[in-house]
Amino acid sequence: MGCISPDGTPTESGKKMLLALQKGLRSPQDIAKETGLPLFRVRSGLRDIAVAGLAEQKDDSYELSPKGTELVASLL
Amino acid sequence: MEESKQEIRLPRLGEPAPDFEAPTTHGTIRLDDYKGSWLVLFSHPADFTPVCTTEFMAFAEIYEELQKRGVELLGISVDSITSHIAWVRNVEEKAGVKIPFPIIADLNKEVAGRFGMVHPGQSKTETVRCVFVIDPNQIVRAMIYYPLTTGRNMAEVLRLIDALQTIDQHGVATPANWKPGDMVIVPPPNTQEMAKERLKQRYECVDWYFCKKKL
Repeated sequence: MGCISPDGTPTESGKKMLLALQKGLRSPQDIAKETGLPLFRVRSGLRDIAVAGLAEQKDDSYELSPKGTELVASLL
Repeated sequence: MEESKQEIRLPRLGEPAPDFEAPTTHGTIRLDDYKGSWLVLFSHPADFTPVCTTEFMAFAEIYEELQKRGVELLGISVDSITSHIAWVRNVEEKAGVKIPFPIIADLNKEVAGRFGMVHPGQSKTETVRCVFVIDPNQIVRAMIYYPLTTGRNMAEVLRLIDALQTIDQHGVATPANWKPGDMVIVPPPNTQEMAKERLKQRYECVDWYFCKKKL
């Protein structure tokens, strides 16, 4: 996974995306704008974050899962 | 025993780029992750080889210019992720050049096969030096193929992008050796009436079928 390390911890770019998701349901375009990461990287990263169970996809957007919310709280 | 022939399929200009999902140095990437952006997908024969290293440093040098044009870069070769990471780190350590774009690790040649990047006459195991320019609608707009021995020209890659974007924006064509700021070609008239009228318009015309204008 590009933004979640094998030990389950998010990378720097993963943290940026997770923190941006803290604001609620966001599209990859929103996250790219907020984080300054390239859109392709955000699309790929959000898939990884969802596969890791940290976010849920709703149509073309994502929001934090309870596990993701817990992880983000520990990052703050 | 007769050697089995591997079919080389080349994508065609104006058709959708072959779809893929592949491991890269920036994580797993799909072609449609680039939807809405221009993409330059380029192959190199192998990591830790001299010509490829010069090309990678040269692609890194034009990365900012490409970004200004809304273009993403994506490299590919038949090497592992570990090899790519080691090479990128080596280039940064030895040459001071940071490689900012992802590189596909195409060990099973799945992506290379779809794009016709392996030419057995050159090498049965390595990709030749291809450049595919893919537009925001994921249509293949241009292809460049160079042999293993010859590094590509980054000024031409930029010029090609500039030409394609100018063509899309203004509905024109570009003449030989065109560069931004030069006159562009007005599409030839389709009827006798248009041909007659063409010469009355404020274009610089050699004849009715060959007119240029400034943008």
